[in-house]
Amino acid sequence: MTSTKVAARPSPKVSDEVRQTTCYMCACRCGINVHLQDGKVKYIEGNRNHPVNQGVLCAKGSAGIMQHYSPARLRAPMKRVGPRGSGEFQEISWDEAYEIAVSWLKPLREKSPEKLAFFTGRDQSQSFTSWWAQAFGTPNYAAHGGFCSVNMAAAGIYTMGGAFWEFGQPDWERTKLFMIFGVAEDHDSNPIKIGLGKLKARGAKVIGVNPIRSGYNAVADEWIGITPGTDGLFILSIIHELLRAGKVDLDYLARYTNAGFLVNDDRDSPDYGLFLRDADGKALVIDRATGKPAPYDARGVKPDLAATHEEGGTPYRTAFQLLAEAYLDERYAPEAVAERCGLSPERIRWVAAELARVAFEEEIVLDRPWTDWKGEKHDRMIGRPVSFHAMRGISAHSNGFQTARALHILQILLGSVEVPGGFRFKPPYPKPPEAHPRPHAGVTPGKPLDGPHLGYPMGPEDLLVDEDGTPKRIDKAFTWENPFSAHGLMHMVISNAHAGDPYRIDTLFMYMANMAWNSSMNTAEVIRMLTDKDDSGEYVIPRIIYSDAYSSEMVAYADLILPDTTYLERHDCISLLDRPICEADAAADAIRWPVVEPDRDVKGFQSALIDLGARLGLPGFVNEDGSQKYADYADYIVNHERRPGVGPLAGWRGKDGKGEGRGEPNPEQLQRYIENGGFWISHIPEEAQFYKPWNQAYQEWAVARGLFDAPAPYVFNLYLEPLRKLQRAAEGVGEIQPPEHLREQVKSAMTPLPHWYPPFEQELVSEDEFPLHALTQRPMHMYHSWGSQNAWLRQITNVNKLFVPRKVWEENGFEEGDWAYVTSPHGRIKVPVARMDAVNDKTLWTWNAIGKKRGAWALDEEAPENTKGFLLNHLINELLPPRGDGRRWSNSDPITGQAAWFDLRVRIEKAPPGPPSEPVLPAQKSPVGRGPKNVAYGEDFK
Amino acid sequence: MHPAPSVIFFTAFSGLGFGLLAWLGIGLPDVTGRPAFGYYFIGYALAVGGLLASTFHLGNPKNAVKAFSQWRSSWLSREAVLSVITLLVIAPYAIGRIFLGTDWALLGLAGAALALITVFSTSMIYTQLKTVPRWNTPATPVLFQLYAIGGGALLAGQGAVAALLLLVLGAAQLLAWQKGDRRFAEAGSTAESATGLGRIGKVRLLEPPHSGRNYLMKEMVHVIGRKHAQKLRIISLLFASLLPAGILLFLPASYATVLLAVVVHVIGLLTARWLFFAEAEHVVRLYYGK
Amino acid sequence: MTTLPAKTEKKLGLVIDLDTCVGCHACVINCKEWNTSNYGAPLSDVDAYGPEPEGTFLNRVHAFEVTPEDGGCAQTVHFPKSCLHCEDAPCVTVCPTGASYKRTEDGIVLVNENDCMGCGLCAWACPYGARELDQLAGVMKKCTLCIDRIYNENLPEEDRVPACVRTCPAGARHFGDLGDPDSEVSKLVAERGGIDLMPEQGTRPVNKYLPPRPRDSAAASGARLEPVAEEPKGFLAWLDKALEAI
Ligand SMILES: Nc1nc2c(c(=O)[nH]1)N[C@H]1C(S)=C(S)[C@@H](COP(=O)(O)OP(=O)(O)OC[C@H]3O[C@@H](n4cnc5c(=O)[nH]c(N)nc54)[C@H](O)[C@@H]3O)O[C@H]1N2
Ligand SMILES: Nc1nc2c(c(=O)[nH]1)N[C@H]1C(S)=C(S)[C@@H](COP(=O)(O)OP(=O)(O)OC[C@H]3O[C@@H](n4cnc5c(=O)[nH]c(N)nc54)[C@H](O)[C@@H]3O)O[C@H]1N2
Ligand code: SF4
Ligand code: SF4
Ligand code: SF4
Ligand code: SF4
Ligand code: SF4
Ligand SMILES: [Mo]
Repeated sequence: MTSTKVAARPSPKVSDEVRQTTCYMCACRCGINVHLQDGKVKYIEGNRNHPVNQGVLCAKGSAGIMQHYSPARLRAPMKRVGPRGSGEFQEISWDEAYEIAVSWLKPLREKSPEKLAFFTGRDQSQSFTSWWAQAFGTPNYAAHGGFCSVNMAAAGIYTMGGAFWEFGQPDWERTKLFMIFGVAEDHDSNPIKIGLGKLKARGAKVIGVNPIRSGYNAVADEWIGITPGTDGLFILSIIHELLRAGKVDLDYLARYTNAGFLVNDDRDSPDYGLFLRDADGKALVIDRATGKPAPYDARGVKPDLAATHEEGGTPYRTAFQLLAEAYLDERYAPEAVAERCGLSPERIRWVAAELARVAFEEEIVLDRPWTDWKGEKHDRMIGRPVSFHAMRGISAHSNGFQTARALHILQILLGSVEVPGGFRFKPPYPKPPEAHPRPHAGVTPGKPLDGPHLGYPMGPEDLLVDEDGTPKRIDKAFTWENPFSAHGLMHMVISNAHAGDPYRIDTLFMYMANMAWNSSMNTAEVIRMLTDKDDSGEYVIPRIIYSDAYSSEMVAYADLILPDTTYLERHDCISLLDRPICEADAAADAIRWPVVEPDRDVKGFQSALIDLGARLGLPGFVNEDGSQKYADYADYIVNHERRPGVGPLAGWRGKDGKGEGRGEPNPEQLQRYIENGGFWISHIPEEAQFYKPWNQAYQEWAVARGLFDAPAPYVFNLYLEPLRKLQRAAEGVGEIQPPEHLREQVKSAMTPLPHWYPPFEQELVSEDEFPLHALTQRPMHMYHSWGSQNAWLRQITNVNKLFVPRKVWEENGFEEGDWAYVTSPHGRIKVPVARMDAVNDKTLWTWNAIGKKRGAWALDEEAPENTKGFLLNHLINELLPPRGDGRRWSNSDPITGQAAWFDLRVRIEKAPPGPPSEPVLPAQKSPVGRGPKNVAYGEDFK
Repeated sequence: MHPAPSVIFFTAFSGLGFGLLAWLGIGLPDVTGRPAFGYYFIGYALAVGGLLASTFHLGNPKNAVKAFSQWRSSWLSREAVLSVITLLVIAPYAIGRIFLGTDWALLGLAGAALALITVFSTSMIYTQLKTVPRWNTPATPVLFQLYAIGGGALLAGQGAVAALLLLVLGAAQLLAWQKGDRRFAEAGSTAESATGLGRIGKVRLLEPPHSGRNYLMKEMVHVIGRKHAQKLRIISLLFASLLPAGILLFLPASYATVLLAVVVHVIGLLTARWLFFAEAEHVVRLYYGK
Repeated sequence: MTTLPAKTEKKLGLVIDLDTCVGCHACVINCKEWNTSNYGAPLSDVDAYGPEPEGTFLNRVHAFEVTPEDGGCAQTVHFPKSCLHCEDAPCVTVCPTGASYKRTEDGIVLVNENDCMGCGLCAWACPYGARELDQLAGVMKKCTLCIDRIYNENLPEEDRVPACVRTCPAGARHFGDLGDPDSEVSKLVAERGGIDLMPEQGTRPVNKYLPPRPRDSAAASGARLEPVAEEPKGFLAWLDKALEAI
């Protein structure tokens, strides 16, 4: 009996070869080392040199192998042969697919380009896809941001020229108190965890504000189990306490914000609430030295925050005084807000005291000289080591924009933005709203659009409405309903297109968004709209083209499928023109490249779009002789120039490959990226690393790298004048007027200083009837609907139970294994329940997007995802409950149009035990068959 | 614990078999020739059959032969080695009895002792497991011995002695259940000690690590309803002990009566053995909120 | 031989920080990924796309809820669990085939799959649920402490740590020699009061768990800010003065 124990120091060969690329199991964009053996992917690990993940890898990233070999992968282009939703398809050639698409799109472009609506999901090529849409000439383009987190992004940009999310990060190395609002996971998936790990290693404090104590909130030292939708109140109450105690950074406010700007204080003036400006349009402040008005950015001027002023008989006060008056009001006193927030006044006071203590008593000083925009030299950098992060928990409410603004104002009052220990921007941010484009919707048949689709309106004149007020875009973005809808409103496209409101479209072209399932509110109704036919028997939305890589629910509802590759099989670029991978200390971008070749007849979507662009003869996609300009996406990445010398990738530009940010195309560029591990990084010099909006060295560094073309310092907007301009219009001033029914909403919601108002849905439904809130959270190990096709990930969560707070649990007499009906004003679902104690006692919640439709994702029809998993989306409507005015109000933030997922109100009651979860929808046919019975990955390597 | 049929059959039948062989080893009943063949055949069939059954639950039976190697440390290995030795030692004795009409008493005694030691080592496979407090008590070997000796006596046609032993068995079984029901708590493992979180407060499982079941749960987190268990306990007590004892004591002695008693006893034994596994709580359940 | 070594030269093991673990399951999947194509038989998944998927994992993350006895606020604790490489490993001594053993050189508890007959007894003997019998291969699988990584000369030096440690985004997992009081892990255990799971089982685990730091202490602190002014007017006066000072 011989036994063969492992050697004392075993050293097996790990793999034949390592190829470094960028992960796309989620949008976090970590660097990965893909180990190959015999040409097969053997192991994926984090790239230690990569700025985003520094070597670590999350569960999804590690499960990449199972995604890459998923049985749900699409195999070839397909055209629909059964009715929509049936899942019956026929595989066709790419040529045929292109012919079909061209036959649909070409006539549209020549006659009415707006009849194409092109919307994309969480891809990372928006600078490219938007460019394609612009060349096509349709105004109807956007990505998914409108239903995702535009409140966070827009409030950040409007307030301080950048947001949390992908635009900035806490100074993880130095911060001493970190407060995180409404985050379960976020896009900065690994970086937040790495950062929290650093704080924990140092013993720094974490405060978690979230109705649910799991994940990041589980490790928080202090948990604030707030009632959903009330963060604005809570934050303004903290501000109330800070102001009352004088714990604000006045020097910072005077220098770097519009706190000193003079605001017209005459209620009867047409300019009431607007800034006093000089002839050049520069806002004026009172200089403390002279006591006289002076342009805010003039050299040597020190704004007096306490000043009042009169000019031409009109009184002016500083924005800071308005702010102090607004928030010192008793309605924001801890006692006044506590109950509504589900907290105690003591808790709120403690938070305020702790923030003030750490910010002002544990000040950090770095001995780093720097020079500000006014030329003043500073020999040190002073840091307030409190930092914040927030995400959809505050933004996915109909009061989310103002709540996010309030949070930014809190950060700014503490002087903790762009200082050591505080919150820091990542290039290309900071970038104020003025530096972003305005939205465009100028259509000329056969010609490109008159400018970029999306942008940041600065007043009523930038809205996209016709003279008669008709929205120009199918999603009604940039209208009075949601003037600052900077990311568009993808969640309204299907329902507007179905209703023909504001007009009918012909072709809906979507990419990487499961709109027939988890990314839609009111899923069953959306499915109805997608399959609804008019009197002539035609589909109401006549044509749907969709690109997915997997057999998702949405695939079944399209007429033509353009199958994408997996992320290991294609070129991609994560560009500074879009959503790059920069760090606070560095600019960086990255690529994906085919580390393995596809074994199916699939094509990277961007390459397909390039082919299609050429076949449609779109400008930019063809040479003068009409031939195709770029062979594929890789060719585009290297050779396309957005502005002379500035292209999709910033690294190794120029003939010599030495250019950073600027330089002519370099044919060797992709090779250089591959050699460098798939990314490029350029570090910001030390003196330029903080105070970026006001730091001369940073501004110059950014210009040199092509982030912008001239230095553009600016101050933070405590007081947001563009909102005041909208409000003013609603008060009847000016040519451009909101429609009557929106007047009151614009007046009350668009305050230039954020105020809290109750989320709309909560106002409209009775608390007695729907006493509870219902939320979803992202599981850290699942990416929306993609995870369930993954043999490893789905084992962790293939059933999502509804977690019920103990109090509600006991009131309803629930027991382990029970099922419940959950009812909202829009519908009822049946779900399995589980008890939780560490949760706000008015809040039910579940994991997001675990429930699946039978037949999708190559899963067995009896898979628990189909029989016990469920979507909360069935209870959420894109429209609010009727207000009795005959109109249908959209369930979104009135400023940005952000979908208000988390305003949902429900009640719960016991249901007969056992599956299936309801609603039960009919199965779709799987165009790719079913996955194998068993998997023993790794067998091939033995 | 998961009451796997293979393990139930293994312990029940090999116990019976070795019990019978032990009686035969001390010359009870004092048979030779054909009848001896019958008794030994039954003894060997049960012992070997039980041992074979045990291999059905092996994931990788081709390595089963290696189970003989670790007798110095492993009770399972000891059990394997001992059962083979026992069967080998008893074999010549049996051959002597059957074919030569001899009674090599010493060899028989040695075989009998070995048979009981084999049963003891079987019982120790379970007794040794601290992870299963209900098993981890002297009651386990005692019960296994009583089942073997009692059942063996029954098979060996030891009438009143068998009846007496079965009654003792019944009493012991009752006592074991009573004590067993407290064992888990006494052993002191709790969700708090399992997680080390007891210093903070009361611990309960919020979410299991995976939605579905896994090997551990299937194997070790078997939950059986109290009422159901109570019923089965009564059945097994009746069938394993009281009824066969009664049959032996009150029905006229005959092969048929013995056969009836045996059948009834085996039903009780299997039920008791099923319960032995099904009721045994493994500490790992604490991680699964059970 | 399945007797335990009287003493091991090193006590290699993991230290898991429950104060930091966010429950992301990264360690679970990276462990699966590494180990399915390295040491021993692949970690199979049965019914992988069906109604009852069930695979072999060497590490799983549970979530517990802990409620202070004094009625304080309940806490959530994410709890990763793999083999603790016990000094008195009962899983080793019960093994009839000699497949299970504890290494003298570093204390790692391993299963030699070529010897294992898949009887499952070692899994019964383990209090922690750290062993799983692979359904397809029929052999016992357990955490190897990534023995094929930690000594692997084909890996760069810095990567010679377990897969779960290398991948953990929060840095909640630490690897080292717990037999050496001066090692980083030993110091961490000393500093943070690292604990054994189920000490009453007498297994003397090598792996240690760092308990969560005290939570929610703020409620009792009573800290609050002192006002400089109660009225907006008073605030303006304060502001004037404060501006003078800068
Ligand atoms: N109840 C509730 N609903 C929500 C949310 C919530 O919090 N609660 N969150 C909302 C938010 S913020 C978002 S962003 C949405 C997300 O919802 P979706 O955008 O629908 O997200 P996914 O499920 O990831 O779907 C994306 C589609 O892309 C496909 N895909 C994956 N990889 C590739 C690829 O490489 N190429 C191509 N072409 N396709 C690919 C997938 O197969 C899938 O069909 O969900 C929204 N829905
Ligand atoms: N693993 C994984 N990572 C992902 C995704 C994924 O699907 N999986 N999706 C990506 C996408 S598209 C997005 S948009 C981001 C979103 O990242 P997150 O914002 O982290 O996403 P959610 O899971 O929606 O988390 C919302 C959190 O807010 C809390 N919350 C809800 N209402 C309130 C409230 O009123 N106040 C407070 N304070 N909290 C509240 C919820 O309890 C929840 O914890 O994540 C991205 N990253
Ligand atoms: S967070 Fe995870 S899934 Fe997302 S990119 Fe990074 S490793 Fe990949
Ligand atoms: S944890 Fe379990 S498997 Fe690991 S050594 Fe200890 S007893 Fe053995
Ligand atoms: S399953 Fe394998 S390793 Fe475990 S005790 Fe049995 S033979 Fe030994
Ligand atoms: S040490 Fe290796 S085998 Fe053990 S849990 Fe970690 S990754 Fe898995
Ligand atoms: S990877 Fe780290 S943080 Fe994530 S579950 Fe494992 S130990 Fe916890
Ligand atoms: Mo999102």
